Amino acid sequence: MSWVRVCGADEIDEEDVIRFDHGGRTFAVYRSPENEYYATDGLCTHEKVHLADGLVMDDIIECPKHNGRFNYKTGEAKGAPVCINLRTYPVKVEADTVYIDID
Amino acid sequence: MAAGIAEGGMVIVGAGETGARAARALREEGWDGPITLIGEEAHPPYERPPLSKDVVKSLEELAPKLALTPEEMVDLTIDHLPRRCAVAIDRDAHLVTLDDGPAVRYEKLLLATGAEARRLSLAGEGAGRVLYLRRHEEAVAIRAALGQGKRVVIIGGGFIGLELAASAVERGGQVTLLEAAPRILTRGVPAVLAERLAARHVAAGVDLRTGVSIARVDLDAVVLADGDRIPYDAVVAGVGAVPRTDLAEKAGLSVENGIRVDTTLMTDDPDIFAAGDCCAYLHPLYDGRRIRLEAWRNAHDQGALVARNMLGVGEEISAVPWFWSDQYELCLQIAGLADAGATTVARDLGEGAEMLFHLADDGRLVAASALGSLGRVAREVRVAEMLIERRAKPDPAQLGDPEVKLKALAKG
Ligand SMILES: Cc1cc2nc3c(=O)[nH]c(=O)nc-3n(C[C@H](O)[C@H](O)[C@H](O)COP(=O)(O)OP(=O)(O)OC[C@H]3O[C@@H](n4cnc5c(N)ncnc54)[C@H](O)[C@@H]3O)c2cc1C
Ligand code: FES
Repeated sequence: MSWVRVCGADEIDEEDVIRFDHGGRTFAVYRSPENEYYATDGLCTHEKVHLADGLVMDDIIECPKHNGRFNYKTGEAKGAPVCINLRTYPVKVEADTVYIDID
Repeated sequence: MAAGIAEGGMVIVGAGETGARAARALREEGWDGPITLIGEEAHPPYERPPLSKDVVKSLEELAPKLALTPEEMVDLTIDHLPRRCAVAIDRDAHLVTLDDGPAVRYEKLLLATGAEARRLSLAGEGAGRVLYLRRHEEAVAIRAALGQGKRVVIIGGGFIGLELAASAVERGGQVTLLEAAPRILTRGVPAVLAERLAARHVAAGVDLRTGVSIARVDLDAVVLADGDRIPYDAVVAGVGAVPRTDLAEKAGLSVENGIRVDTTLMTDDPDIFAAGDCCAYLHPLYDGRRIRLEAWRNAHDQGALVARNMLGVGEEISAVPWFWSDQYELCLQIAGLADAGATTVARDLGEGAEMLFHLADDGRLVAASALGSLGRVAREVRVAEMLIERRAKPDPAQLGDPEVKLKALAKG
């Protein structure tokens, strides 16, 4: 376990995503329409594009470059052009602060 | 030619983005008969957008970025016939004749023949040295001609010419870009954004000359009508693309700036479909207008749609036309048909990024275009696309107000 502080819980809008860089790696951290928090690798598995520049719709993050879609809760790639799943990371919210486990 | 007939099942002519997507989608939709993917090129289907960008910019030679790998084709039992050209269609016998090998019988046939680079007829001894770009091998040849201090002349200020100019600059070249029209990107791109892109090229050191015509190409220089000589190490032309319709035409199918199809991508023959860069279709969002797109996502979307329709679904096209181009750090994205708009509303996206909304007379949003970093433009254009698809009539004041979240408008 290696919990890292990301940001305050209200620094991510509802149904939105932010980019989080840590230790030379980049992550995407999401807040769902149900106010739950999730985290995935930050870069699309098609070309290395930051997913945090994309649009969140329900439980889908859509890549800004070619609209490849992933379920950000499970990391599942939803079909061409993206075929490789995203890695997901555990997230917890404590005292209005979002943490992810980046191990 | 070898005799015999092969049972092809669902037969696709053209192993580009459209053909690859359709082949994959046929399996995803449950077709379990044979799928035959005939392609004249040597490679498995690959993506063309990187050809004017990463492939020519890269210091090492890159392999094509595959849209469908050999392993996937084995898994999906897609029978790929590379280096084979379809030369005739016998519609009564449902046969496709190849330049080499047995004829292939089809249940349904998809023409996904794409487009090819338009060739210029130029005078001068150097005319044969002009490079063109559509295929991987051509990108490899252009890559080899670029480099530090190389004098590169680019003919044509369309997307491919401009992307190549940016790539040549990034490789350290001295670039001159020649455009016959009074401005670059005359087709489909709002003048304001075209001007901003032009200014970016000039700032990067490109000698951008509009309204010029070429007298001839010598072995060492391009000579303009006014006598000016522009010495070159490499000269590349990007002057548009021509749909590959000859096969369809020979088979008696209608052609109208592309293979003519209805809103389900069916040709005049109910057993033959066409999709991607080669077809001209009626878009339900732009009534009465027959359009032909040369855009990656269109190839992708139509490939998926046509697969369903080859299986008898009869689904109409609904996807909003969408295109992007990358030049330097800038990304241009256009959703919808900008020239269908009567008025425009501008929105400041911050950090120098700008967006335009194109509204029809009745206030309907018909297109949106934006230029800036990918991070600034992509989401907003995507939301606009949803509004366009829904035929929304958003309040222009809200569209123009950067304080109003676009996503909120799309939800409301
Ligand atoms: C350099 C370049 C950069 C691009 N950049 C962008 C971009 O940034 N954004 C964007 O949205 N779009 C871009 N595009 C456009 C995009 O790549 C095309 O829209 C897309 O490739 C169209 O796919 P297609 O399968 O319909 O046609 P194609 O990709 O042209 O594929 C057709 C295939 O069919 C084969 N074929 C044709 N006739 C026959 C026959 N009779 N028998 C056998 N095989 C045949 C051809 O050899 C070819 O391999 C770019 C295109 C190019 C060339
Ligand atoms: S880079 Fe994400 S879909 Fe292509």
